[in-house]
Amino acid sequence: MTENTKPEIIRVDHLVKTYGSITAVNDISFTVAPGEIFAFLGPNGAGKSTSIKMLTTLLRPTSGGVYLNGYDVLKEPAAARKSFGIVFQDPSVDIELTGYENLKYHALLYDVPKAVYQARIDELLALVDLSDRRNDYVKIYSGGMKRRLEIARGLLHHPKVFFLDEPTLGLDPQTRNHIWTYIKELNKKEGITIFFTTHYMDEADRMADRIAIIDNGSIVAMGPSEELKQKTGAATLEEAFLSLTGKQIREEEAGARAQFRDHARAWGRR
Amino acid sequence: MNHLKTIYVLWLRQIKRYYRSRARIIGSLGQPILFLVALGYGMGHIFSQAGQGNYIQFLTPGVIGMSIIFTAMFSGAEIIWDRQFGFLKETLVAPVSRVAIMLGRTLGGATVAVGQGLIVFLLATLFGFRPVDIIGIIPAFFFMSLIAILFTALSTAMASRLEDMQGFQLIMNFVVMPIFFLSGAIFPLNNLPPALSIITKANPLSYGIDAIRLYFSGMGHFSPLLDISVLLAATVFFVGLGAWLFNGIEV
Repeated sequence: MTENTKPEIIRVDHLVKTYGSITAVNDISFTVAPGEIFAFLGPNGAGKSTSIKMLTTLLRPTSGGVYLNGYDVLKEPAAARKSFGIVFQDPSVDIELTGYENLKYHALLYDVPKAVYQARIDELLALVDLSDRRNDYVKIYSGGMKRRLEIARGLLHHPKVFFLDEPTLGLDPQTRNHIWTYIKELNKKEGITIFFTTHYMDEADRMADRIAIIDNGSIVAMGPSEELKQKTGAATLEEAFLSLTGKQIREEEAGARAQFRDHARAWGRR
Repeated sequence: MNHLKTIYVLWLRQIKRYYRSRARIIGSLGQPILFLVALGYGMGHIFSQAGQGNYIQFLTPGVIGMSIIFTAMFSGAEIIWDRQFGFLKETLVAPVSRVAIMLGRTLGGATVAVGQGLIVFLLATLFGFRPVDIIGIIPAFFFMSLIAILFTALSTAMASRLEDMQGFQLIMNFVVMPIFFLSGAIFPLNNLPPALSIITKANPLSYGIDAIRLYFSGMGHFSPLLDISVLLAATVFFVGLGAWLFNGIEV
């Protein structure tokens, strides 16, 4: 374990990821304090997802380091993995299992003792309003229910850091509001650090203590929303975002994965 | 201890997914039945006229082997599906060994494949197949399990490097079909043209089906010792390869 006296729960040190001649993430550094709500914003293809993957041990950086809860994610991946929970951009629950089974298997993988996880699953299902649907297959859940189940799952092992990659994408305002209320409450009650990405600027504006804006693989601005607005002379965060990242529409290449997803959606799997 | 728990969870998940998809179970019985009817009855009299004996007795172990490798291959392919739909990521960020994840998935897929093989075995008895010796079911079961693990590991290895299902279709056509047809599943291995003889000898499935045929039908081509040696070596190799490739997955 590395030194853990500094008040930082996430430390990113000169992180770089290149694919051949393309630099997806170009030397980014920042820290997040325990209990902070940190928003990571950027246009499509700016390097958000690549960064999150490196932060969460899914992708090896080309160079640079990531420390979660004091653990080097490259050298102590298991300890780092225990320290965080994550809600991915795309649903990652098993739709052929019930909501309860998804949670139970997660608890087993994270080595949560039975007595603890049984109580905690009840508690979390109540928190996300899915208690009465616990034994239904996830394939009959709505998009918002799946998202809520993933939030419950991500919290089951009591992580120190909670990563949320566009947690409210494609949800209606009611559900979005609902989800943010949970997250805010969790952050307040349990002191969990929240690291999230979103395309909804109002969410970042309302929720985040600090915001980092990434564009073309580099962090172009970082600070509280007010500060970003002042710096750019903008009235809203959205204007500040646009003045920092330009108004050009970004093209994100649709890889095999996105195509497959569209195909499968068209065939009604999801 | 946690490794065992990980293996158990991933194994259990495969089993549950299988028995909950009844359409898949029933659908996958169509092909073996077709083989038993079309080949078994269609070619049966030619086979016995050529002095080779009862074709259903000969063919059934091959069809059992077929349903095992096809089910096993599809189990491995579920990695591609899980990769697209995120569940793979859920397991990859969990604080557990990836080798344990791979082993759990492989054993789960293999269990399902053996189950499918046993169903085909029972079905074949309706078509006139009779095992020569009830005790033979035990070693036959063992060899069925080996084939199942071998081919689930093989498909796990391949699926670890594939992004989409189209790539997997290609593998089904250019790897699995040849492995099945060139394994002695549907024809005897003696008196083959030299090229075909070499290919069948290089195919690990030949040895698996040969052993099942020996214990179920009393017709063997290789020695049981050779069968088990080749199969064990191939299984260890492909489980190792699968674990290594799975371990290197980045999403």
